[in-house]
Amino acid sequence: MSNKRIDPVTGTETTGHQWDGIEELNNPLPRWWLWTFYATILFGVIYVILFPAWPMVTSATGGVLGWSTRGDVAAEIQAVDDAQAPMRNRLVETELAALGDHPEVQGFARDAGAAVFRTNCSQCHGAGAAGGIGYPNLLDDAWLWGGDIDTIATTIRHGIRNEDDPDARWSQMPAFGEILSEEEIATLTAHVMSLPDGTDPLAGPGGELFDMNCTSCHGMDGKGDQSLGAPNLTDAIWLYGGSEDQIAHSISRGPFGVMPAWGKFLSEAELKAVAAYVHGLGGGTEEDPATN
Amino acid sequence: MSHKDTSLYAARVPIFPRRVNGKFRRLKWAIMAVTLAIYYITPWLRWDRGPNLPDQAVLIDLANRRFYFFWIEIWPHEFYFVAGLLVMAGLGLFLFTAALGRVWCGYACPQTVWTDLFLVVERWIQGDRNARMKLHNAPWTGRKLRLKGTTWAAWLLISVATGGAWVFYFADAPTLARDLFTLQAPPVAWFTIAILTATTFTFGGFMREQVCIYMCPWPRIQGAMMDDGTLTVAYRDWRGEPRGKGLKRREMAEDLRVTGPQLGGRAPLIPMPGVPDTTTTPRLSVPDRLAQPGDCIDCNACVNVCPMGIDIRDGQQLACITCALCIDACDQVMEKVGRPRGLIDYVALSDAPREAAGGAPVSAWRHILRPRNIVYFALWSLVGVALVFALFVRPEIEMTVAPVRNPTFVTLSDGSVRNAYDVRVLNKNGEERSFLLSPSLDTTVALSVEGAPGQIVTVPADTQERVRVYLTAPPDAPAANRDRTDLRLWVQDLSSGERAHVDTNFNGKDTP
Repeated sequence: MSNKRIDPVTGTETTGHQWDGIEELNNPLPRWWLWTFYATILFGVIYVILFPAWPMVTSATGGVLGWSTRGDVAAEIQAVDDAQAPMRNRLVETELAALGDHPEVQGFARDAGAAVFRTNCSQCHGAGAAGGIGYPNLLDDAWLWGGDIDTIATTIRHGIRNEDDPDARWSQMPAFGEILSEEEIATLTAHVMSLPDGTDPLAGPGGELFDMNCTSCHGMDGKGDQSLGAPNLTDAIWLYGGSEDQIAHSISRGPFGVMPAWGKFLSEAELKAVAAYVHGLGGGTEEDPATN
Repeated sequence: MSHKDTSLYAARVPIFPRRVNGKFRRLKWAIMAVTLAIYYITPWLRWDRGPNLPDQAVLIDLANRRFYFFWIEIWPHEFYFVAGLLVMAGLGLFLFTAALGRVWCGYACPQTVWTDLFLVVERWIQGDRNARMKLHNAPWTGRKLRLKGTTWAAWLLISVATGGAWVFYFADAPTLARDLFTLQAPPVAWFTIAILTATTFTFGGFMREQVCIYMCPWPRIQGAMMDDGTLTVAYRDWRGEPRGKGLKRREMAEDLRVTGPQLGGRAPLIPMPGVPDTTTTPRLSVPDRLAQPGDCIDCNACVNVCPMGIDIRDGQQLACITCALCIDACDQVMEKVGRPRGLIDYVALSDAPREAAGGAPVSAWRHILRPRNIVYFALWSLVGVALVFALFVRPEIEMTVAPVRNPTFVTLSDGSVRNAYDVRVLNKNGEERSFLLSPSLDTTVALSVEGAPGQIVTVPADTQERVRVYLTAPPDAPAANRDRTDLRLWVQDLSSGERAHVDTNFNGKDTP
């Protein structure tokens, strides 16, 4: 006790350290604070041994537990995947046409299908599925090959005009530029453009050309044929553009749109899911027994 | 002089507060009973909300993102209520600290309440201050082991109950209690109980004042929010000094006149910004008083009852939680020695010079009802009234409408124009409800809901339904041919008939 110096002004013990006559007061830290500090150091040492810690040149020390955030993500993805397995199985087992009777499977299919669509389909059909020139808009009610859910699934599975799948949908419009004169193409173009206004497809000089060249696929009424993928020429939808130039171009060159056979790339569940998603975008039609 | 004897670290000196009676002690008992009762009983209160909703009066349902408080149900998008409560808590802290100093610390802080509870247990088992000190200093015998062991066991029991009660706020209490007893509760429940048990046991049983002095930020923050008009627990040193017993007091009074003020107190002074140095209080400027001994008989009653182990006669200090037990203790003594009460009392710093100079004490209400506090109270009430108002005008029906922008519209084969909207309809009721949607456009514009017949959206109980809604305008409709048409989408609860609306727009072809 006798060694202790008490600062007369504050009544506090000093550490005995002096600088130019100024003494340092000793307001001691609580001892448990020191032990807590040591505990955190110990924690740090253990942490460095167990977990990734020291940055090295190209990576970091791994830690003996082998833990990584990447591993965590993989485990979480796996967990979600496992959790979804029963739903996926139900989707595979459910007839697409009967999906409406199973709202929870349908909801799952549409949400999963949206993800499949964004990954695989949006490159051509657009993230909003609105398509573009040469790439069909999947939101509207016009379907080249049919818009009921089973037909959509078949189109997705086998694709269109690809060499990879013998069951791919196939049809080819001739390049009429090699068959008809420029004048005839101009006449035909004007005629086709007038069809949505209610013109009789077989009337007039254009009607004659239409009858000779187009009706075998697009039909006597110009409404096309979904079994051939021949578009309806009397509606407001023009896949390759509805202007005079664009229609003339389509007639003379003959469009040849291609879609991969997704059955080779997607699992059965993914395929059904994306079919359900596309069918639910607002243009899907009900099953028509005549077409299937 | 050797420095080796000077330690930079100090072990905790155990504190054995003596039991005291008085009005502040009674107030603290009452507050303890009320706060503990609220804490332990609340999760068990039931509130009937119908068959599809939980019947727990207060429930924080994290999994389903709902907060139930009696008749109020808060959805995540109404979190501004919680923000408002936090604003009120902040302003309330300003108000109480400006008016009454660290009244939160002294009466309502869980650390204070639980430490008080642990002290009661300790006192029941081991006896009052002297018995406990004797036991503490005694060698480890069977009796000491038994008494200490019983105390710790009781503390542990309280701690488990404390941690246990906490988890009941987050799940159905009776179900969770059953799961806990059958060992089927989720790991997070066990984990939470374990952590809260450990902290309660350590903080309430062994760390006590250390938490307040070294771990808690409030003493620093609140010290900065007080001013010299704030009521706080203080020692009227101009009345009490020079302190002492009998003849000794007379001698000290004589000494003091010669040597100047003595440095009172045992604990080191912890300097606090804004607090005047007690060594220069104006008691010395009244020489007549010096000849008289002060009222303080240096009985140390105030020190003995202090749960923080400090001497209030050293003046304002960071370690003082203003629990006012020293007031009770001193008042008892003053009564016994026939001096007026209030040697230790709730006083403001500004009172010191006035009272020391012989002025009359200022009423506590005059300190409380000053402009600063009134402004705080007004702001606090304003937020409170606004929250209550917001609660009552909260719409029963809620709908959000997000027009689909990719693409802005779709042309259908017959030339009509279709817009799509992602619509969310909230059903806040305990049963399934159907809602009718209708647009404020001419009747040729048709509304349809994807995957559902008609214009009806059916939403299950207490949830929201997201549907895609289509508006289709025929080719010759004005909306189909205008770039943009404003519209109002109405939603009507078919059960109650109540309506709500959202304004949005319809995108057309922009052709003349």
